[in-house]
Amino acid sequence: MKVHLSHPERQVEVRGPKRVKDLLRDLNLIMEAHLVIRGDDLVTEDELLKDEDQVEIRPVISGGS
Amino acid sequence: MNCKKCTIKAVIGLPRHNAAFCKACFNEFVLEQVTRAIKGERMFGRDDRILVAVSGGKDSLALWDILLKLGYKADALYVDLGIPGYSTKSREKAQRFADGVARTHEAKLLIHKVEEEEGAGIRELADLIHRPTCSTCGTIKRYQFNRAAVEQHYDVMATGHNLDDEASRLLGNVLHWQEEYLDKQGPSLPASVEGFAKKVKPLYRLSEREVAAYSVLNRIDYIVDECPMAKGSKMLLYKDVLNRLETESPGTKQAFYCGFLEKQARAPRQGSGQAQPAPASMAEKDRATLHPCATCSQPTTAEICSYCKMMARAKAGSTR
Repeated sequence: MKVHLSHPERQVEVRGPKRVKDLLRDLNLIMEAHLVIRGDDLVTEDELLKDEDQVEIRPVISGGS
Repeated sequence: MNCKKCTIKAVIGLPRHNAAFCKACFNEFVLEQVTRAIKGERMFGRDDRILVAVSGGKDSLALWDILLKLGYKADALYVDLGIPGYSTKSREKAQRFADGVARTHEAKLLIHKVEEEEGAGIRELADLIHRPTCSTCGTIKRYQFNRAAVEQHYDVMATGHNLDDEASRLLGNVLHWQEEYLDKQGPSLPASVEGFAKKVKPLYRLSEREVAAYSVLNRIDYIVDECPMAKGSKMLLYKDVLNRLETESPGTKQAFYCGFLEKQARAPRQGSGQAQPAPASMAEKDRATLHPCATCSQPTTAEICSYCKMMARAKAGSTR
């Protein structure tokens, strides 16, 4: 599956099927700081992602003073 | 994972509440949390005019959206800081929301351009006065939002600070024992003196992830890019640490910040009949220490407020 990541913006190819929580763990990312979006839909951590899925892992944390 | 309320497929899990929700039930949860914050902290009422500080990011646009959905009278102000590329993009997001959503609620967007008012953008100003960009930005935004709220007779100014913002700020203040800042960490700050607008944070009960999920689920088009000036900011480090703790122990951020608020509410005040001398309330302290700035009349503890001092230094620096 194609996985779109931000900060910096990039795309990685990951072999499916894979659960959302395993994908995040493999990429060393934590759920509390990210949303996982398949197509246009938010998915929960137990969702099984397939090879043909388009996935975005969107960081939710913003900084500043 | 299924929705805890209606048992259809969930779109988000919330470990700290031991719950998961579908889109409709999650939206209901968000509106309930914000209503609880507004009522519990006596932030504002139905007839009050609210000025929302918007940045084009997920938190402030979600806040504007939620307040309008709840039927409050909420306009918004965007302060254009002149950050190359980023400001244009974030302003467009705020404008698009104003045109597409806010207009249907008869709410308007005000825009202030720092470069037009002060002759320089944020990066140039920070360079001229040799201060970190984030702290310069904070001073400018606090000043601009407060002045606009007071001058245009809004009853209250609302910001999109969420639970993560408040918990990480509290962590930073506690790590450095900046006790003088703890008084100002509440989600509802009164208009303690003439020239200070009341300031409220209606999203303080929602985590940053929950606010982002609300924005995504409700198709709010916000700026996802991180502000280029925030790179390496201490707040990002504190948020990361807290999120690692939250992952191991769900509910940590809420227990930390809300526990602080409970302790603060229980602290004895002057005149409460306690035998021990008690600290003065924030409003009492403000009234004792603040007076109008000699240049702009906004409240300050010094003769000239930090914004006017900063602009004077920037002007002196640019003419050298």
